[in-house]
Amino acid sequence: MAIVFKKTRGLTDVPTHYCPGCTHGIIHRLVGEALEELGVLDNAIGVAPVGCSVLAYKYFNCDMHEAAHGRAPAVATGIKRVRPDNFVFTYQGDGDLASIGTAEIVHAAHRGEKISTIFVNNAIYGMTGGQMAPTTLVGQKATTAPYGRDEAHCGKPIRMSELLATIDGAKFVERVTVTSPAHVRKAKKAIMECFKVQIEGKGFGIVEVLSTCPTNWGYTPEESLRWLEENMIPYYPLGNFKRPEEVE
Amino acid sequence: MAKVLMKGNEAIGAAAIKAGCKYFFGYPITPQSELPEYMARELPKVGGVFLQAESEIAAINMVYGAAGAGVRVMTSSSSPGISLKQEGISYIAGAELPCVIVNIMRGGPGLGSIQPSQTDYFQATRGGGNGDYRLVVLAPANVQELVDLIIEGFDIADQYRNPVMILGDGMIGQMMEPVEFREPKRRDLPEKDWATTGTQGKRKPNIINSLYLQPEELEEHNKRLQAKYKAIMENEVKVESYNIEDADVVIAAYGTTSRIARTAISQLEEEGYKVGLIRPITLWPYPYDEFEKINPNCKGILTVEMNTGQMLDDVKIAVKGKHPVYFYGRTGGMVPTPNEIIEKVKEIYGGEK
Ligand SMILES: Cc1ncc(C[n+]2csc(CCOP(=O)(O)OP(=O)(O)O)c2C)c(N)n1
Ligand code: SF4
Ligand SMILES: [Mg+2]
Repeated sequence: MAIVFKKTRGLTDVPTHYCPGCTHGIIHRLVGEALEELGVLDNAIGVAPVGCSVLAYKYFNCDMHEAAHGRAPAVATGIKRVRPDNFVFTYQGDGDLASIGTAEIVHAAHRGEKISTIFVNNAIYGMTGGQMAPTTLVGQKATTAPYGRDEAHCGKPIRMSELLATIDGAKFVERVTVTSPAHVRKAKKAIMECFKVQIEGKGFGIVEVLSTCPTNWGYTPEESLRWLEENMIPYYPLGNFKRPEEVE
Repeated sequence: MAKVLMKGNEAIGAAAIKAGCKYFFGYPITPQSELPEYMARELPKVGGVFLQAESEIAAINMVYGAAGAGVRVMTSSSSPGISLKQEGISYIAGAELPCVIVNIMRGGPGLGSIQPSQTDYFQATRGGGNGDYRLVVLAPANVQELVDLIIEGFDIADQYRNPVMILGDGMIGQMMEPVEFREPKRRDLPEKDWATTGTQGKRKPNIINSLYLQPEELEEHNKRLQAKYKAIMENEVKVESYNIEDADVVIAAYGTTSRIARTAISQLEEEGYKVGLIRPITLWPYPYDEFEKINPNCKGILTVEMNTGQMLDDVKIAVKGKHPVYFYGRTGGMVPTPNEIIEKVKEIYGGEK
């Protein structure tokens, strides 16, 4: 019998702990596939964050390092600077990257660290039970914004891709989502291109993936996909913000 | 090798390179900036990397990554910066990684001052970060010892897979003394087969981690850590004593303060007083047993520190109520003088020699 689909070797055989309908799982698969297809899996060192993907070190089938909350880019910097021939990536949530770890991601990009970051933006603190994130939309309810995010009180959500694209050291910046097969294919392409930027030694790359959190948003998996498309994409436009000219 | 005259902070850098440390991540702060400056100059010459991080938080997390990748790595700072590093230090201890952290202490709390002090004793020996962990804390009293302890510190770190802290003060960082770079006694160091190097398709993935979600597993992990700390306590205590079997008063002091105590003791001896000295070189593990050797008829133990009484707690634990314990300290960057110590010793003598 011909094999039409095979699970990537980039992921281990452990069942993940993600909630039903959570798109963290799809993003893991895309990262695993990209590592395998680019031939860097056996040379890769991944850095897991603190957040729902804290256990990513069990799921990616390569050497892994579990960082403190927000510090993954600094840990990855330490690894890449002493092992420049390894492929080094971080996988981080929006609380991790856009709040507590803002300094670390901005300066890793600014130094042009030759690492790749997968940034999973679900507009909420998933792991700790649905508190407001810096990315939570205005009006969106969270356990620490029970009346909805109020712009006058805590500002508008932060757009990290746009911010990072202004930094010279950041060579690849793209925002994608995984709410449909077409989007999944585009996301895969972006991750591959981002990883190539590191492989070719060009500098820092990041792919922001708009992701769902049905559990804390309080929607079904299907409603969540729709809510993301209708509410997140208008504020967080999809597309490429930056790529090295030669790769274009 | 011939002796060379070196400033403490630069000697640290030279010793680290001698020990095979080629990676340094730091952030500027007085009174230790000569060390990162030295590393910025020297590491590229030996094919190493010096990186100035955006903060001490980032610096220690870079150390965390580099140590996980299996190399000898160092960072340094002074008190407020060491406070910021506590998060990373706790993770490094939890994940059982070797590294050397230098704290050239200054006065506190808060921004405090840039003058020498010993106010971070509690933080260093009790674990300034979260969780039940220990650092090996080495307290040199001169530049030669500083060099020796840096070199041996890397071995201790590798042997036990544990962070090692060098606790000095602004005085030792700034003073110039002749030093010689000597080989430490050989230790059997384990292979770093746990490091993140990429599997190269030849082994299962290595994972550097401090998370154990199951309470049973975390308790087991902590028991393992405690067993390791017990082995360190049994094997790594370092202390220097002077005349404690015979003394009427024993001074307990470490680092810079112990040198001042030495001067005071010489002068007291000329006047006919019998004063001993216990100088802990490891602050953790603490040389509690050394205090058992003190003359049973000794009139008291005088702890001298550049703080308001921190090692004092360990001295009391060590003395177990057998002798009266006294304290003399200056703080805020003030340094005790030999005369102040002499006065205090005479007070304990109570007029009768
Ligand atoms: C220093 C520190 N502060 C707070 C926490 C608690 N905490 C764990 S995960 C998390 C938020 C994670 O949110 P995000 O990065 O968006 O990831 P998600 O769970 O949504 O994927 C927080 C605040 C922690 N572990 N460490
Ligand atoms: S809490 Fe949200 S982000 Fe976390 S696994 Fe569940 S659905 Fe996914
Ligand atoms: Mg989130």
